[in-house]
Amino acid sequence: MKTLKSLLYILALPVLLILWWILATAGGASFFVPTPADLVKTFVDTWIGERMFTDVLPSIRRLLIGVVGAIILGVLLGLLVGLNRTARAITEPVFEFFRALPPPVLIPVLMLLVGINDGMKVAVIISGAIWPVLLNTIEGVRAIDPVQNETSRSYGISGFARIRYQILPSAMPTIMAGIRQCLSIGLILMVISEMFASSSGLGFAIVQFQRSFAVPEMWSGIVVLGLIGVIMSFIFQWIERRVLRWYNGLKEVENAV
Amino acid sequence: MSTLTTTPALSKRRRRKTTKSKVPNAVWGLIGIVVFLGIWELLPALGIVKAEYLPPASEVLVTLAKDFTLTAFWLAVGETMLAWFIGLLVAVLLALVLGLVIGMSSFLRRATNSTIEFLRPIPSVALIPLAVLLFGTKIESSLMLIIYACFWQVLIQVLYGVADVDNVAMQTARSYGFSPFQRIRDVIFPTMLPYLMTGIRLGAAVALILAITAELIIGSPGLGKEIQLAQSGGAIAGMYALIVATGLLGVLINLGMRVIEKRILSWHVSVRGEIIA
Repeated sequence: MKTLKSLLYILALPVLLILWWILATAGGASFFVPTPADLVKTFVDTWIGERMFTDVLPSIRRLLIGVVGAIILGVLLGLLVGLNRTARAITEPVFEFFRALPPPVLIPVLMLLVGINDGMKVAVIISGAIWPVLLNTIEGVRAIDPVQNETSRSYGISGFARIRYQILPSAMPTIMAGIRQCLSIGLILMVISEMFASSSGLGFAIVQFQRSFAVPEMWSGIVVLGLIGVIMSFIFQWIERRVLRWYNGLKEVENAV
Repeated sequence: MSTLTTTPALSKRRRRKTTKSKVPNAVWGLIGIVVFLGIWELLPALGIVKAEYLPPASEVLVTLAKDFTLTAFWLAVGETMLAWFIGLLVAVLLALVLGLVIGMSSFLRRATNSTIEFLRPIPSVALIPLAVLLFGTKIESSLMLIIYACFWQVLIQVLYGVADVDNVAMQTARSYGFSPFQRIRDVIFPTMLPYLMTGIRLGAAVALILAITAELIIGSPGLGKEIQLAQSGGAIAGMYALIVATGLLGVLINLGMRVIEKRILSWHVSVRGEIIA
């Protein structure tokens, strides 16, 4: 009964919205909005098949390489800078500038420096998505409880062991918050870099559909992007729950008191 | 010197502390900026990167200074900021009203949760083709993207804020016969305000990103379009100058939002605590 009720809560509104959509488009579809049946059919026709391999998978591959690269580089650089007070002070204004710089403006720059190819798109994703990870790592390392640092020191824990067992875990909640932002920026940049300069990929395909006024196909492309966003967010939440299990437990205990 | 001979460890630490207070962080930051500009200046000068792809910093900064005297530049800035402001304002108002309505009823909260969690991660840039189709290169295209992206940022924060309201305070207000409006104004709003301000601060940064993106990709008027024009026209130094300008705009927006947040929340523990410490 309880699961049935929560299932009802989860499904009720989406079902209502889809019903409303069916009813609203029933009296002859408008040019801009396809009927749900049309959209489903177009979706299957357009994306399940060759396009999956020519456009969708290469885009996702670039996204993954870019995002993983940004996370690894961001955490490494963040540890280097965050552990040193002077380095932090020196880099702060420059990093603040790059964080405030809207990442899409890097596309024309990297087009010049790298040229128009796969490397450029990965470079765009890395150079735009690295900042939240980098700055959050610095902040996470900076905000570590000094008692922890001193405990490590008196037990003679240093070097790699200290980073692995003390610094990374205590900075992890902040780092994960940065990674969450990094993922959504990465997805945005993947799409834009393909819209701006490309002859393949999801972003390119969607713009192509829009220019040729293939409206249902365009909508189906938007659905694909939406699905990628939603799936990425679910995967991230799953990983976050596992990585930060100790932290969430700790907070629960603290809040209960 | 005398301290050095007695307890080296202690004096070392003390000395480190004094030198730290002598060189404030601002000076270190300035050194950082100078080093960054120096590297930028040297890269093309030493031929590591071609000067036509990356003009030296001095050239870009001179171009930027020239831009500052041009009306066209300020018009573009104005157009970007207009889209930024209207988009942010509409998104905040929508999210505030909807967030209050949903957040105050546990039924609505549960019923909308799945839909919100599904719609939120959809990247706003997916709407670019739709915006082009509906509005072309007008400012409405930018607005549509900005509002969609900022709306979720603010809505989530408002929902958190309303959920954070103390039950005892709410029940007290009820038993004292507060009307729903009074309850919103005097109980919910003060609790929610810090969350709302966080949402607005995040939204402000996102709004700028999308304003520039829309201008860059769609070609609605503003700085992004100027960047695109400079790039396709081969005015590379001009392009870099405009990019630096957008970065400065972003820094200004971040700083401005932080100041506003501190002002509005000056009564709140999170801000007061900082001043005491």
